[in-house]
Amino acid sequence: MTLMQKFLGASAALALTAGVATADPALIFDLGGKFDKSFNEAAFNGAKRWADTTGGTFREIELQSEAQREQALRRFAEAGANPIVMAGFAFADALGQVAADYPDTKFTIIDMVVDAPNVRSVVFNEHEGSYLVGMMAAMASESDTVGFIGGMDIPLIRKFACGYAQGVKAVNADATIVANMTGTTPAAWNDPVKGSELTKAQISQGADVVYAAAGGTGVGVLQTAADEGILSIGVDSNQNYLHSGKVLTSMMKRVDNAVYEAFSDGVDMETGFQVMGLANGGVGYALDEHNADLVPASMRNAVDEASDKIASGELAVHDYMSDDSCPVLDF
Amino acid sequence: MDVMPKWAEVTLVPLISLLLAAILSALVILAIGEDPVAAVKLMVSGALGSTYGWGYTLYYATNFMFTGLAVAVAIHAGLFNIGGEGQAMLGGLGVALVCLFIPWPHWTIAVLAAVVGSALFGALWAAIPAYLQAKRGSHIVITTIMFNFIAAAVLNYTLVNVLRPAGSMDPATERFPEAVHLPSLHELLAPFGIAFSKAAPANVSLVIAVIACVLVWLLIWRTPLGLEIRSYGKSQRAARYAGIGAVRITMIAMLISGGLAGMMAINNVMGEAERLVLNAVEGAGFIGIAVALMGRSHPVGVFLAAILFGFLYQGGAELALWTSIPRELIVVIQALVILFTGALDNMVRMPLERIFLALRASRSPKSTAAE
Repeated sequence: MTLMQKFLGASAALALTAGVATADPALIFDLGGKFDKSFNEAAFNGAKRWADTTGGTFREIELQSEAQREQALRRFAEAGANPIVMAGFAFADALGQVAADYPDTKFTIIDMVVDAPNVRSVVFNEHEGSYLVGMMAAMASESDTVGFIGGMDIPLIRKFACGYAQGVKAVNADATIVANMTGTTPAAWNDPVKGSELTKAQISQGADVVYAAAGGTGVGVLQTAADEGILSIGVDSNQNYLHSGKVLTSMMKRVDNAVYEAFSDGVDMETGFQVMGLANGGVGYALDEHNADLVPASMRNAVDEASDKIASGELAVHDYMSDDSCPVLDF
Repeated sequence: MDVMPKWAEVTLVPLISLLLAAILSALVILAIGEDPVAAVKLMVSGALGSTYGWGYTLYYATNFMFTGLAVAVAIHAGLFNIGGEGQAMLGGLGVALVCLFIPWPHWTIAVLAAVVGSALFGALWAAIPAYLQAKRGSHIVITTIMFNFIAAAVLNYTLVNVLRPAGSMDPATERFPEAVHLPSLHELLAPFGIAFSKAAPANVSLVIAVIACVLVWLLIWRTPLGLEIRSYGKSQRAARYAGIGAVRITMIAMLISGGLAGMMAINNVMGEAERLVLNAVEGAGFIGIAVALMGRSHPVGVFLAAILFGFLYQGGAELALWTSIPRELIVVIQALVILFTGALDNMVRMPLERIFLALRASRSPKSTAAE
């Protein structure tokens, strides 16, 4: 071992200094990895769009361990990366520790609020977007039974479910909503097999449209729904293309826009609390060539009308996280 | 008696294994179009080139020392404890309960209580497989593996349903109070005028790990109990004939092993995160197996192997930060080192033994091998 250490020491002397100072922005993905076809991938797409349009470069890292959350934040900050964007609520604790040590660096955290002068906290009104796809689900359903499959059972996902249920009830007050969560741990974000089983169980209870708000688990939900001949609704990214003609729509949560904006604002970024809702295009439903035949003009008009009302404040959708309860759905 | 001299056994075998792993890793890096020399330089400078790098390397190494010692003690008793992962998870639960529910005036007292709490929980988790092995002959490898899954489920349940603060989305406990904050190496070394990186998570647990190494050495080679453990490990029948109780030794060895694995939580839960998160252990229990095998179950070997693996972890993180080498490939590189040092030990050992045999045969029979 001593020999080994000598050898290592010798190479250390020759070594490059890592992390030459750059003003490039940086993006940190959560443990789920960047190609999850959903949340992290949306963040990546936003960063890529920024790189393509400006010709800039950005740093990125997919984490391997919990200890790396703080490590990645500090390393990027020390190397001069600015702003640093992190995708996911799990960074809140680490960012709360780190932000004060680097007052000149701007941070953006998505899906969570961290109260510090150099942090922008981006949260989405997922309940509003979910309300719209809930309306569409109720209009498309023939059995008057629709399903919801969540990922990990956390308040954020209940917020999705509650908005969805309100949309369904707004169209058809007698409709039945079957809601299931995949699990109680982060593993629930990436369990397509369980997603598939839950979909089958919901179909046996009569559901003919299912909405998956479950990250990578949703891939299994959409697949099973397509195989069994019922409609499904995707989440976060536009997932209509995954099963053309069998995905009713996708609830778009424009994480990509949040990342793109943060990167574009650069070091002059305005910090504070930023809500992305229907009013500013932060959420919405996806309409493209893959689902054009599934969404008749009457459905589109009704949903667009509701969307305008929500955006203008005329129609209020209850936010589960405001009081930890949902008037139309029990968990 | 031994085919190889001692120095060759402890230096040549691991070094050649490492070299082979390094060559294969270089080929892998070449295959994806990156420069292996630059990658090695980046790993070395990132993990050992600054007090910051050392801070992370030693942090990971502290984890691996505890789990490596745990596996090593069990191996001396002829038991293969694969449950370090689960025992460390439960140890984390012990530390969290100690830190959250008792108001400690100072970290020095809290850390002693945390040592007891984590070791107790880890040992309890090892006790059931040990009892099943000793009394019922249920194979310890199978039961300890199974207990890893049960530990994950237990931790899951307690974090989600009991310890999670209201309204939080993360399945994690709240932050431990400020009073139980363990001093980091930065804080420990500052009074001596040594400037150690403030950001790195290495903390006073490193000292506890080194003390544990010494105590394990004393236990195994300098106490009657250690002699009993080793004789039971070498030959169960002979040990039984000598009046050494199989049930007693199995239970004691596994309790010590589980306790050591549980104590890892002082470092990662109390020292680094200062709260209990769901995946706090992150495979350190399994790395401990490789560390113990590479360190030949000797505390000094475990210490050095743990630092090597700490280097691999921290160097790997640096690669992920500054190159486009995907993280899956970094896992491949780490796995190659584990494969060569742990699993393919005989591939290096047998040719080496043949060389030494040939050397010995060529010498005159009268001169004994000069070392």
